[in-house]
This record gives sequence, structure tokens and C-alpha cells, in this order.
Amino acid sequence: MTTVPQSVGIVEPRRVAFDEPLTLRCGATLPAYELVYETYGELNQDASNAVLICHALSGSHHVAGVYADNPKNTGWWDNLIGPGKPLDTRRFFVIGVNNLGGCFGSTGPASINAETGKPWGADFPFVTVEDWVHTQARLADHLGIARFAAVMGGSLGGMQAMSWSLQYPERLAHAIVIASAPHLSTENIAFNEVARQAILSDPDFHNGHFYTHGVVPARGLRLARMLGHITYLSDDSLAQKFGRALRHGKASFSYDIEFEVESYLRYQGERFAKFFDANTYLLTTRALDYFDPALEHGGDLAAALAPATADFLLVSFSTDWRFSPARSREIVHALVKNRRRVSYAEIPSPAGHDSFLLDNPQYHAVLRSYFARIGEQTCR
Amino acid sequence: MPLNDRIDFDVITDWIQPGEKVLDLGCDDGQLLAHLIDARGICGYGVEKDPARVIDCIQRGINVLQIDLEGGLNDFDDQFFDHVIMSLSLQAIQNTVGILHEMLRVGREAIVSFPNFAYWRHRQSIINGRMPVSDSLPYQWFDTPNVRFFTIADFETLCADNGITIRELRAFDDNQPITEEPNFLASLAICRLTK
Repeated sequence: MTTVPQSVGIVEPRRVAFDEPLTLRCGATLPAYELVYETYGELNQDASNAVLICHALSGSHHVAGVYADNPKNTGWWDNLIGPGKPLDTRRFFVIGVNNLGGCFGSTGPASINAETGKPWGADFPFVTVEDWVHTQARLADHLGIARFAAVMGGSLGGMQAMSWSLQYPERLAHAIVIASAPHLSTENIAFNEVARQAILSDPDFHNGHFYTHGVVPARGLRLARMLGHITYLSDDSLAQKFGRALRHGKASFSYDIEFEVESYLRYQGERFAKFFDANTYLLTTRALDYFDPALEHGGDLAAALAPATADFLLVSFSTDWRFSPARSREIVHALVKNRRRVSYAEIPSPAGHDSFLLDNPQYHAVLRSYFARIGEQTCR
Repeated sequence: MPLNDRIDFDVITDWIQPGEKVLDLGCDDGQLLAHLIDARGICGYGVEKDPARVIDCIQRGINVLQIDLEGGLNDFDDQFFDHVIMSLSLQAIQNTVGILHEMLRVGREAIVSFPNFAYWRHRQSIINGRMPVSDSLPYQWFDTPNVRFFTIADFETLCADNGITIRELRAFDDNQPITEEPNFLASLAICRLTK
């Protein structure tokens, strides 16, 4: 199994429509919905080699490979998934899915509400991590997968993997939870609130019905992304990347771009506002805020995780202050308390929360050996 | 730390009952835990800070937690484990008393094995004016990961001074049990500790 790691190559998204009504945690019912997904590799005969990838705040179903009409649009976890890569598509059947309420093709706020004939906008119901997991399970049914070899995700994606182990314990052998937390910290909710206020207070937001006004609350989205981006990096990585370098070599006493970091943040904000939906951003940050499986157990995470039977791998990164190693260790602690099988790697990395998307050799070595182990256990 | 002979594995296995919850501190590549899972069907977790060893454990399918022991064992509840093992690692830890107390906080009983600095060949080496290098102390003075050099007698005093009971101590040299003058004749000691 040792060849030069390659890309899965050209991939195509697929779409599946579900007509069975879905009652969400918020109480609303969606009469029907569609999910967009991609798959890589081949499902084996007994459908035992499937791995579900859950995406984080700004992710999508496009996890690996490129599109024929856009060879520069590489999947967001392409460094991890492919032939010969840590999650080897010669062995595993890998699925990426755009979550309900998303803005990359699955039913979401920009979709047409059949009742009104107009985009849902702000009327799209609140979705939660648990709701996403339910819809992902329907996708698994559609694909003929009774049990995943693994469900994996980073950050908010890790919360979905964890939730899978609670909602459908018998339907996954392994939960791989990376740079995640059992619930958001107060500080994290605070950051989300600032990002939401940036969007909500943008005059182009029009209470979430901006589609019919032919505008996009780009200023709000830009600010939200700029703020988020700072928190996904670390002080050190920002300093190392941009330092205090002045664009013009000296102060020009203006509010134009003076320091390189400003240029970077503005670029990130601009780019994000062009492709991301403001309502999806609001919904998704709320889903993050609400996730807290221990809440109905009086804050006892071990009690909350009691139904889980999957084996767990947890990974955290040393400089991740948004989802710090201590948060992953809370999950580890609760799993040990329940005598569950669990391994935990704390990866030294300067890159903050973003590390989970990067090609860190130690991180990828951990995942490679873990997937090799899963492959021996569950496939073929 | 590598130990080619398995005598400490055998002793530790003797002291462990089937199905116990076991924590192995400094579990290296998970060999001891794998052995205890086979021989005793334990529910075991290893703690290891070396990334390469963590990967070894994952490959073996051993539960491994990459945690630095100098930070204590805050992740674990009081008296959760039946046994907490530290095999040939105590001499590489700064906070000796702290970790012993932590082991006895999270475990009913602790098992510690360590090289005996007062082993006669080591003494001979010192008399000859050189730091000892042996199977049980396989490093040169300038590259050793060990930070605490102590003898069986030193360890007994430390335990007595800190309210730690040595329930049983077995001493070995070259895989053979040593019953007479262990502090002189044994290169390796393994003991069970309780509060």
C-alpha cells in the first residue's frame, strides 16, 4: 500500500431528494429536502468500508478532488483523502455531504420555499448538529450503508461525529473527533455573536430576505469572516506570516491597508463574502452554540456519552485556542470514565485551529495509522 | 525505555486480576498493555508523550493518550483504576513525589519498576571513576533521559517519608530474582505501592 499519494482526481457532486418530512429539534418540520454529496473510492460488497466526513462552519461536500470545469477548486480535505493518503480511497469509500441549511447545493435558506414560491431566507428553520446527523443517516440509508467504518470531522464536524456516536451508536465503528469540544466555551459563543451582529446589522441583510432585494450583506459577511479568521490562527502564526510589515515601508497615516495582516484579512473577507450565504452563516453559528450533549445530563459529559459504543480517536493542536486541547481532553476523560476505547493525540502545531486542515506530518501519521487499523478491523 | 527481557512484564501480570482497569504511564509502544490485554483481558489505557510511540500504540490498537505526565493526571478521577503502572519511567520524571501521589490518587494500587543505581556493577563503575552504563542504565551521562538517580534503599526511604506503603518489592538481576541484598545485587526493582 505504499505508492506516492495522489488526488482522487475529477469528482462530481450528486444530489438526493428526500420526501419524508423531517421534524427538526426546533420543532419545525421540513416537508422535503435535498442533500448534495460526493463520494470517493468504491463501496465494498458488505458496505463495511464507508467513512463519512462531516464539515465545519464554512466547509462543504467537496472534500477531495477537483471539478472538471474548475480544476483549481480542490476539496477542503484533499491533503488527507485520496489514493495512498492517510484516508486511503483505495481501501475506503469516503462520503462528503453539504449539511442541511448549507449554501453549496443542499436545501438551505437560499432554496425556494415551496409554500411561498420565494427563497426561505430568514424563515428557514433553525438546524442543529442532531438534525444534521439525522439527515446524514438518511443519506447513509440511501447509499446502502448500515454502519460506517468511521465518522470523522474537525471542529463543528467533530461535534457531528460525536453526535453520531450518541444518536446512532450502532451505526459507526469509529468516531474521529478533531480539534473539537463537547460544547462551545462562553468566549466562543461571544465570538459567534459578534460575527452574527456584523451580518444582522448590515443594511443589505434585509432581515434575512436579501435575495429578493438582489443584494448580499457582503460587509457583514466580510467582518464575520475577518473576525473568525483571526480566531482560527494563533498569535505566533499571524506574527510569523505577516509580522508588522508596512505595505509602503513607512506609515502613511491613513486607514487604508498599512500592515500586511490587514491586506490578508480583507482578502479573506472579500473572498468569503462572494461564495458564502449570510443566513447559512447565522444558522451554522447557532448550531455550534446550541451543541451541548451534556446539558440534559446536568452537565455530566460522561453520562451524556454513555450510549456511545464506537471507538474514539481525538486529536487536538497545541496552539488551538478556539478549540483548545483541554476541551478535547474533557471528551477523553468522559470516555475513559465510561471505559470506552479511546486514543488521543495532541499535535504540536503553530497554526492554531486551522491546523486540522493542514498537512502536519505528525497529525497525518496519527490518522494514517488509525485508518490502517480500522482497515484491518472492518474492511474485507 | 526499552527492556528486552520480559521479567517485569511477568511480575506485573502476576499482580493484575482479570478485567481490571489499568493505566500505564509512559507506556512506550504499548507492548505491556498488549500483553496484559492478552493475558488478563484488562481495560487498559496508556499515557505516552513521544509522538512516534503514540503512533506505535495506535498501530497496535492500544488506547493511548498523548499527555505529558509532568502536568499530573487531572484527566482521571480518584481511585478510578485498579492499577496504575509506571514501568522504568520514574527516573525520567522531575516531580517524583507528585507523580507517585497522583498514581495513588487515580489508582487503588501503583506498580513501579526502576533501575537500581546502587547495583554492584554501577558501584564498581563509580569506583573506577566512570558513570555507570549497563543494561538497566543504557545511556551515557550526556544523553540520558533520566533525571533522577536513586537506589532501592532511597526509594524505600522516600515512600516511608511520604506515607506510601510498599506492599511488595521484587528485585532482579539478569532476569533472575534477587532475595539477598537486593540494593547491592539487583539491577532492577519492581514494587506494588498503596497509600
